[in-house]
Amino acid sequence: MARKISMKQAINEALDQEMARDPSVICMGEDIVGGAGGEGERDAWGGVLGVTKGLYAKHGDRLMDTPLSESAYIGAAIGAAACGMRPVAELMFIDFMGVCFDQIFNQAAKFKYMFGGKAETPVVIRAMVGAGFRAAAQHSQMLTPLFTHIPGIKVVCPSTPYDTKGLLIQAIRDNDPVIFCEHKNLYGFEGEVPEASYAIPFGEANVVRDGRDATVVAYGLMVHRALEAAASLAKEGIEIEIVDLRTLSPIDMDTVLDSVTKTGRLVCVDEANPRCSIAADVSAQVAMRAFGALKAGIEMVTPPHVPVPFSPPLEDLYIPSAAQVAAAVRKTLKGGRH
Amino acid sequence: MAGNPFPLSKAELLKAYRTMRTIREFEERLHVDFGRGDIPGFVHLYAGEEAAAAGIMIHLGDGDRIASTHRGHGHCIAKGVDVGEMMLEIYGKKGGSCNGKGGSMHIADLSKGMMGANGILGAGAPLVCGAALAAKYRKKGEVAISFVGDGASNQGTFLESLNLAAVWNLPAIFVVENNGYAESTSRDYGVAVDSYVDRAAGFGLPGITVDGTDFFAVYEAAGEIIRRAREGGGPSLLECKMVRFHGHFEGDAQTYRGPGELDDIRANHDCLKKFAAQVTAAGVISADELAPIDREALAVVEDAVARAKAAPLPTVADLTTDVYVSY
Ligand SMILES: Cc1ncc(C[n+]2csc(CCOP(=O)(O)OP(=O)(O)O)c2C)c(N)n1
Ligand SMILES: [Mg+2]
Repeated sequence: MARKISMKQAINEALDQEMARDPSVICMGEDIVGGAGGEGERDAWGGVLGVTKGLYAKHGDRLMDTPLSESAYIGAAIGAAACGMRPVAELMFIDFMGVCFDQIFNQAAKFKYMFGGKAETPVVIRAMVGAGFRAAAQHSQMLTPLFTHIPGIKVVCPSTPYDTKGLLIQAIRDNDPVIFCEHKNLYGFEGEVPEASYAIPFGEANVVRDGRDATVVAYGLMVHRALEAAASLAKEGIEIEIVDLRTLSPIDMDTVLDSVTKTGRLVCVDEANPRCSIAADVSAQVAMRAFGALKAGIEMVTPPHVPVPFSPPLEDLYIPSAAQVAAAVRKTLKGGRH
Repeated sequence: MAGNPFPLSKAELLKAYRTMRTIREFEERLHVDFGRGDIPGFVHLYAGEEAAAAGIMIHLGDGDRIASTHRGHGHCIAKGVDVGEMMLEIYGKKGGSCNGKGGSMHIADLSKGMMGANGILGAGAPLVCGAALAAKYRKKGEVAISFVGDGASNQGTFLESLNLAAVWNLPAIFVVENNGYAESTSRDYGVAVDSYVDRAAGFGLPGITVDGTDFFAVYEAAGEIIRRAREGGGPSLLECKMVRFHGHFEGDAQTYRGPGELDDIRANHDCLKKFAAQVTAAGVISADELAPIDREALAVVEDAVARAKAAPLPTVADLTTDVYVSY
């Protein structure tokens, strides 16, 4: 039965169900339980924003708090994965990836290929992404393109509670390392989610809105900005089609290409910085593979190529808005090849 | 009146008290303003830990560098960063220490030798090795100090830096601010050794542990290791055992604390109360001489808040300055 739950609850439920189903699933991270070694409440935090709260009561020591040593514990999760466990390691903010990046891109990402196919590394690394929390330059980045660039890693960034549950379950069952990106501004976002366990396959984009006039490709929070833009454009008689990529690696270019072939126009929306972004990658792929279908130049909507600023008005200007998406759609509709 | 038994003049003692009191008022005010929803973002308060910042920074000049942590307000104030600019920054206003771009977690003032609060645990330690290396080249006897929490003392960056500083014999000092917790996790869960002195020894550094709520204990220990570093004697580690008065960050319910723990901390381990008791008991400074400092510190903070609230916000033009943007 489906009921309305938040993205945060969807993550908690996916972890709970997978831990119950498979004894090789363990969770680790900083304060994912909380209160370790102290005299107060155990499970005091359940993660910095309470996402894993309550799991300790059900699964006990299969959830492990860690010292503040990301290289060591993220690396340990990877090593355990290579030895038959299915660890889900939480890295809190994706920005902290800088501390332990070697373990991810030289170790986890490489094992399978470099060892001639003899290794599996079924590790999931969960981390919060995105701006809007007034958390400044070191706690607000997307960094999704950084991981997408590296062969051997899968990258997921869901936009709804339904997708979050299904994709996290898939991530845990998947035999490759997965970076699971949770947009911190979507944690409270609610949607219909079935109670029963289900997996959503990777590499399947979701057409969240049908439209004839232009294709808007987005992921994460930007899907919601695109939906807002669609509502205002519809009043002007413009119908956009919105493709939610859901997984960035693997990426479902077929769905994107089909849509662009239909609409002839493409706007790529990305909350990551523009250089070498997902938006730039999708734009390049479409230009290479569907140039003939394009009736106008491709548009990209991204933040400026600057770090995330702290001050609220600056941060609000930084994050791509629905108005910017709508403007880009209007621009591509005006532009045309003759 | 009896002679002054302290290693500082009366004027210096009053200055130290003013520093600690200013930090306390600053933090307690932020606690209230954050609760009201006036302050955006993450705010980590230094209240309760003032004696460490004051007892160490009193030995330093602008040419000495420090690298701070996410809990950086006290380090900033003690290092001489302008309180008004700090408040503007925390409120995200134009004219703030970082022009509103950094916020509480990134206040910096290089002109005061303050290399920044930091959102990344352990990140300051390697930077301090660099600052110490530069100081060694300049040969002016300057030192560099890295602050790190008990939790962040488990970062590879911190541990690598201990070794690097020892190997290069740098004028670097590593201050572990041990407030018993890393977020909600107790120090004893996260750190395997009982003593940071043992850990320092493992890296070939002298280490010392002091009661970080006792200004004079910090002052004396810091004075000695800073002097040694200035004279080419190399790096040291200083552990300050301390308490934090508030949650890890504002909004933390602190259910991980034991029953009565916070009351005990505030009643029996308040570094400001201790300092006042010590100097008045010795007859060096009277309560009447401290009271105006309390009032002045409060006034400075209130003025800073009023100005921060009235100040203009940054505008779109500020979004793309201070960085190379190629498109
Ligand atoms: C590399 C990195 N990992 C994790 C965090 C999240 N974080 C911020 S403060 C903190 C606890 C720090 O504890 P401690 O070092 O003892 O300093 P305290 O907060 O007690 O002053 C954590 C886990 C971070 N900012 N950077
Ligand atoms: Mg601590």
